[in-house]
Amino acid sequence: MHELAITEGVVDAVTGRLPDSRITCVRLEIGALSGVVADSVRFCFDLVTEGTNLEGARLEISEPPGLCCCRVCGINFEPDGPIALCPCGSAEVTVLAGQDLKITSVQVG
Amino acid sequence: MCATCGCSSGGVRVLTVGHGHGHGQRHPHPHLSDHEHDHDHEHQREFTDVHVVPAGPEGERTIELQQKVLAKNDQLAADNRQWLHERGILAVNLMSSPGAGKTTLLERTTRDLSSKIAISVVEGDQETALDASRMLRAGSKVVQINTGAGCHLDAQMLARGLRSLNPPAGSIVMIENVGNLVCPALFDLGEQARVVLASTTEGTDKPLKYPHMFRQADLVLLNKIDLLPYIDFDIREYACGLRKVTPDALLLQLSATTGDGMDAWYDWLRRRTPVPPD
Repeated sequence: MHELAITEGVVDAVTGRLPDSRITCVRLEIGALSGVVADSVRFCFDLVTEGTNLEGARLEISEPPGLCCCRVCGINFEPDGPIALCPCGSAEVTVLAGQDLKITSVQVG
Repeated sequence: MCATCGCSSGGVRVLTVGHGHGHGQRHPHPHLSDHEHDHDHEHQREFTDVHVVPAGPEGERTIELQQKVLAKNDQLAADNRQWLHERGILAVNLMSSPGAGKTTLLERTTRDLSSKIAISVVEGDQETALDASRMLRAGSKVVQINTGAGCHLDAQMLARGLRSLNPPAGSIVMIENVGNLVCPALFDLGEQARVVLASTTEGTDKPLKYPHMFRQADLVLLNKIDLLPYIDFDIREYACGLRKVTPDALLLQLSATTGDGMDAWYDWLRRRTPVPPD
């Protein structure tokens, strides 16, 4: 389950940057095409933050949908699930959005 | 455990594997080296500009970070890529499910190519040095990385493996990732090419079930074609599913056991291996 390592990466990044602040909220963006399951990150978060300056922090995750452009018919579409197939049947698509996995902001008390 | 670099007392171990050690052992035997924790833990390059929003009525402040979660791994991967490029080394990240035949493929590849191209191997497994011992017997330089609880290799682990191997110019480094079709897909190691090894015994639906892994493959090798007469596997159906996930990836069929189809794989490798300086 890479979400454990991902969540530890979030905590590492925040504590590395803000080691002396009490973090009360962490906001993440986990795109629909990022390959990371937001519920698994939520599951790990309390466990991973225990004993750090993120302990007790609220976790807010936004999950923007994927957006792709079909290289055959030219339309933009939101893929249904992780396989980016255009409604025209083409798999030749360019992913425009939904792959991001980032810490957008934190709140400190 | 430091998830980004994999270091912890009970976590990642690097095993350097060498030839006999003077007390009568006839087989190659792995030796555990001390883990030197010599890298920067300050995470200096992780963050872009930080914007602080003024305190609200409850005294809380919002700090805008806009930081990629895998930024540190991505930076280390870029460092690895530059290091490999400067030395004229081809690094291939080989990924598959457990039991698809990665080690058998690398054993045969090493035996067939090592008279012409130096091949070294970074072996990733949760536990044991069994694969490293097999690769040593096949004739390659090898370092074993045991990830402990970890389910994938990351860029820091590869950096340590490369330092240990010190591969020559014009050579190939094969990175045998932990057998897993999910987690390794997310972690850039700094390799020049990603190869997914599938096998006929896994069934035709794997590209559709694990799209993140197959989407980023430069090459898909379909192994165990020698078993096709005995199992229900439709290659056209497999290729069709793969095209839906990644229309641009090359698909080669082979058997690492019998050697059928291996020449196309070797041609693919030779075309990408830098020519060493005179």
